[in-house]
Amino acid sequence: MTSPITNKQRPATNLRLRIRAFALKYRFRRIGLRNRILITFGFGALILSVVLATTTYSLTRSNLIAQREESSAKQANRSAQLLTTDLKTYPDNAQFSLSRIGADNPLLYYHGEWTPAIANFGPNLIPESLLKQVIEEKVSARIITRIGKDTVLIIGIPLTDINAQYFEFITFDHVGATLESLRLALLSAAAITTFVGLMLGLFAAQRAVRPLASAALAARAIADGRLDTRLEPTSDPDLKILTESFNEMAETMQKRVERDAQFASDVSHELRSPLMTLSASIEVMNGRRSELSDRSQAALDLLIADVARFQSLVEDLLEISRFDAGAIRLTRENLNLMEFVRQAVAVSSLPETNISCETDIEKIIIRGDRRRLARVIANLIDNARVHSDGTPSVVVSLAEEDAPVGHVWIAVEDDGQGLIESEMQRIFDRFTRGAMAGNRGTSEGAGLGLALVNEHVRLHGGRVWAQHRRDGEPGARFVVELSIESQS
Amino acid sequence: MGTRILTVEDDQRIRASVKLALEDEGWIVDEAESGEEAVKVFARTSADVVLIDIMLPGMDGFDLCRTIRRSSDVPIVMVTARVDTHDVVAGLEAGADDYLTKPFAPKELSARIRALLRRARPAAPGHAKMSFGNLDIIPDEGKVLLNQKEVSITKTEFRLLCELAQDPGGVFSREDLLDKVWGYGYFGDGRLVDVHIRRLRMKVEDDPANPKHVVTVRGLGYRLQS
Repeated sequence: MTSPITNKQRPATNLRLRIRAFALKYRFRRIGLRNRILITFGFGALILSVVLATTTYSLTRSNLIAQREESSAKQANRSAQLLTTDLKTYPDNAQFSLSRIGADNPLLYYHGEWTPAIANFGPNLIPESLLKQVIEEKVSARIITRIGKDTVLIIGIPLTDINAQYFEFITFDHVGATLESLRLALLSAAAITTFVGLMLGLFAAQRAVRPLASAALAARAIADGRLDTRLEPTSDPDLKILTESFNEMAETMQKRVERDAQFASDVSHELRSPLMTLSASIEVMNGRRSELSDRSQAALDLLIADVARFQSLVEDLLEISRFDAGAIRLTRENLNLMEFVRQAVAVSSLPETNISCETDIEKIIIRGDRRRLARVIANLIDNARVHSDGTPSVVVSLAEEDAPVGHVWIAVEDDGQGLIESEMQRIFDRFTRGAMAGNRGTSEGAGLGLALVNEHVRLHGGRVWAQHRRDGEPGARFVVELSIESQS
Repeated sequence: MGTRILTVEDDQRIRASVKLALEDEGWIVDEAESGEEAVKVFARTSADVVLIDIMLPGMDGFDLCRTIRRSSDVPIVMVTARVDTHDVVAGLEAGADDYLTKPFAPKELSARIRALLRRARPAAPGHAKMSFGNLDIIPDEGKVLLNQKEVSITKTEFRLLCELAQDPGGVFSREDLLDKVWGYGYFGDGRLVDVHIRRLRMKVEDDPANPKHVVTVRGLGYRLQS
């Protein structure tokens, strides 16, 4: 039967246990696998070495003491015999006889007197039980006792022939010194063992974590688009599971991405032939527009505009599927930054766009694929044209807060309604249009332009981002950051 | 007789629409739907410009290019699917003079054709012959002689050589040559120049691997010297 008190106490104990378990778990989680292994090894080595050292020490100690006890007992017996013979011959000279036997701390009870009368180890130090055994019961006996700080063996032997009792005190000074050095040796051995354990733990932890680290690296590589990344196959049965399922996952993902990209690419390819016919045919019609009625001309204009849009959409789709397939090869060359920007603006949809630049920027050389970078500028200008009513402008400058200066900014600014903070990241995703775009009647732009900008710039090792205009006017500012090749 | 253009394209509708567009430019258009047919049509009509889609069933565009090149220096424009594949360089190596990517605007095509039809600029007005060591150029006749023997050279290669001969020893950048020979601006494809220079060297150099006449000036461009 349980008492009500224990009943009350149990939940509290349980709760405490749970908290402790939680704390322990939490702490372990925070410590991390590598450190956990390290701690386990170190702790294991410490316990092992302590146990070993303690056992060795106590065994050695008792062994040494036993030896000393045995040899001392033999010695004492011999002394006792010698004393008996001596005292039989010279019964009155106990002091002399005692000094002849050469024991360190002898004591003789003879004729009711203790010899020597004054000694370091006197009769008062002999325990009652020993005295009783030796003097009254007349049997040999010994006892290990502590006197002050020292452990002392006291041996008592009755000298029955002459009715005397011989006692000898044996200290363990030698044993103590031996044990002292043993203790030192064992202590350092334990320390070394613990250290070696820690080292082993470190090694084991590194080994244990290595497959995890390489898996993490591989995962990151895949996330960065290197879809053909795989883990090295291993023969370790424990790791095999991880490696194989990881590689399987990567394989599946790669196939899927490739299939998607292939589909987009195939679709765009298939669309090109009809597009070709369409654009050639409308051009023929456009060349003869004077033969058409007003209504037909209006319809033709709609057709022309949308075929152009269709064409750029297909081209964008193709380009982006090439990115996905990793089939883009940049033709990099050294380009004079300002010359490039002027040329790129000149072939864009707004060739008259104003370009402003810092004066010391004229001689900067960048390295890149001129036609792909021109697409970047063209797409940004298109984007600005669609999302604003006025004219955009291009601002070229050295990157700010960039030391040592190694980058340039090519910014396209518009005077539209600007961007919502939450759009600034999403705007570079595919088929994402700014909130403003949906409100516009012409809904121009397929939503791939900025995604392509992002891909192109990234392929050039640069960055692109959107922000508010910095002069406080409403409008968006798109900045392309590219590294400077040289500055002559 | 007007300018004749042969279009080789397996898609009937594209062929028809391109024909309509080119005829509006005032050109006579012949059609072929395969490489094999194109060889026959070309032999019969001898076109002034050939437009070849690289992706043809049977004999492909590269083979057709090479076949035509064996017997003719006619300007060839090829139509490729992609800009950045090996197709472009392979097509140029096979003998094409210029390329377009599908879908292209017919206006673009006619601009390309017009550029290819331009006559070579007289290298040195008043000079009947220019000599660069063992290399002789006779601009008026459109002839090039290496070691006194005439070499067969395409019209575009000849125009390229004549441009370089405008300023013997002077350096021409790829942009210069793209502009003067093909009529491309800043964003023209530099590979056109590189491949044509390579093709030119095969013809006007004793050892094309160690050119003596058409020399590369690293980082700047090309130069013609004796």
